[in-house]
Amino acid sequence: MPRYLAGRVAAMAGVLLLVCLFTYAVFFLLSPDPAVQICGKNCTPDRIDQIRENLGLDRPFWTQFLTFLGGLFAGRTYGVGPNAVQCAAPCLGYSFQSSQSVTDMIVQRLPVSATVAIGAAVLWLLVGVISGLVGAVKEGTWVDRTLTGLTLGGLSIPNYVLALVLQYVLVVQLQWLPFPQAVPFGEDPGRWFLNFVMPWIVLAVGYAAAYTRLTRANVIDTLQENFLRTARAKGLAPRLVWRRHALRPALTPVVTVFGMDFAGLLGGALITETVFGLNGVGKMAADSIAKNDQPVIMGVTLLAAFFVVVGNVVVDVVYTFIDPRVRVAA
Amino acid sequence: MTITHTELELEGAAEAAPGGATHADAPPTEVPSSARVLRSLRHDAGAVLSASYVGMVVLMAVFAPLIVKVSGWSPYEFDQSAIDPNLGGVPLGDWGGMSSEHWFGVEPGSGRDIFARIVYGARVSMTIALAATALTTVLGVTFGLLAGYFRGKADHAISRVMDFLMAFPALIFMIAVLSALPAGNRSMLLVVIISVFGWPYLARIVRGQAMSLARREFVEAAQASGASGVSVVFREILPNLRSTIIVMVTLSVPGYIGTEAGLSFLGVGVVPPEPSWGQMIASSVTWYSVVPTYFAIPGLFLFLLVLSFTVLGDRLRAVIDTGEAR
Repeated sequence: MPRYLAGRVAAMAGVLLLVCLFTYAVFFLLSPDPAVQICGKNCTPDRIDQIRENLGLDRPFWTQFLTFLGGLFAGRTYGVGPNAVQCAAPCLGYSFQSSQSVTDMIVQRLPVSATVAIGAAVLWLLVGVISGLVGAVKEGTWVDRTLTGLTLGGLSIPNYVLALVLQYVLVVQLQWLPFPQAVPFGEDPGRWFLNFVMPWIVLAVGYAAAYTRLTRANVIDTLQENFLRTARAKGLAPRLVWRRHALRPALTPVVTVFGMDFAGLLGGALITETVFGLNGVGKMAADSIAKNDQPVIMGVTLLAAFFVVVGNVVVDVVYTFIDPRVRVAA
Repeated sequence: MTITHTELELEGAAEAAPGGATHADAPPTEVPSSARVLRSLRHDAGAVLSASYVGMVVLMAVFAPLIVKVSGWSPYEFDQSAIDPNLGGVPLGDWGGMSSEHWFGVEPGSGRDIFARIVYGARVSMTIALAATALTTVLGVTFGLLAGYFRGKADHAISRVMDFLMAFPALIFMIAVLSALPAGNRSMLLVVIISVFGWPYLARIVRGQAMSLARREFVEAAQASGASGVSVVFREILPNLRSTIIVMVTLSVPGYIGTEAGLSFLGVGVVPPEPSWGQMIASSVTWYSVVPTYFAIPGLFLFLLVLSFTVLGDRLRAVIDTGEAR
């Protein structure tokens, strides 16, 4: 196990390093000169040169990239002499637009993104697994057919369309919900909750539909297994057949997929946050992309990749605990 | 993210049992003939409706210039007489200015004809989605077969690339790259970028199936009779993967339509004034409470298109998997 884990962690670090390099190279090649961008209007060539030197933009690609990597692990210093700025590890650089530290910007916005992601995840797991179970138990009946129809709809509706429909129906027409506005939890928990209801629903619908299908298919498959026939044949009460034998193998794949999806969300639910104007990591990414704020985009891309890769490893490790069948392979 | 939902399920199917044989590893069931598949789909109301809708959108896309001639307004024409300048450009009349002249009403602010923009938007959506599908299929099938049949170093290299691409935060990266690139030929870029991040999901399944097929007797027979590796791959293995590929591809089309619309919605897709459904929805955000038809119409068209492809793919899979058609 430890050896397996060490291998996985090494592979993970490799992938992250590649993501880093790839993203860095793309921006190095594609984006317009950052020095000109920082300098703004009324800029002189001298000033541009100075900025370039301060940020190390005049150095070759590999030097810049290694400095960036060094900054991630050990922090780095920008400029020289009295004007030098110390950027502590993990240093992702400074925003070209606001001159804030990218690490700070992300840390500030992570709670909002986490709230959106966790709320949506709870919602889609509950809805998805329960309706998947219902669909499997009632296989072939009208309940199952209705659920199947609904899941196809849920899979197909683009989340920004759903967001607009919900806002129009719930806020404008029925006035059941207030117009979304960021209110901190401590100030007014009720208001805070109402605020997040729509983002949670919008983000959760597609996943809930996918999980319904996944759960339903897995449960139906499992019910046809031989060990379940044995359990039933030896006279085990149906409730126990379900609890002891059917649910566990049927739900383990859901755990895998959930780990991956949730990790993918932590990088910021870009569209949902943008549509509802929630100030999370996703919206920050969208905003910085619009302004071509390279360090921020880099930071968010790395963060998102980090969560996906770590999520992958965590899922694999968790899997060896919940599914004894794969333990041998490890 | 817009792309994940169908992929997630396929992933789920492929990963269902990571230790032993996966679903994808299982030898493909006997392939029902295409005539039989079509016959059983014809008796399925959902499949027929979906196919008709897709057909309608395709016709709309192909004959866009003709249709627009009949309806009378081009997608780029401003009709100042259809909007109320005193109210900031709200369309005159109920339902977003729907009338015999403007069938779906007009865009608030500019007065452009929504029907014409929907018709031309269908062109953009279909071209990009179909081109991306074609490119993804070619890449996915080729690399999947290479990795699955030749194993060894080729497999190792291709699998690493796939892991890397799948770990990548594709949406954020797509947006970032698209925003950094010059606005030139955006449609082309969209296709390339969607395909680059899309092919591993198909390749993974193809790889698994190619691996199990490579151990079957008819492949051994071909090898023994002296067929080259390439000809075994294309003559013996590829034909047996036909149904898997068709299903996977049909299920991936809605993802690409959604991605294109999503990217256009975020402002990094198709460049205005060229219309796209996602872009129309994006510009309707500021108007949604006043002119709901402005988001409802493109939203409905987009939703139905994605839904139709999802239903078609789903039914196709059901027919082929259960062998209903035999």
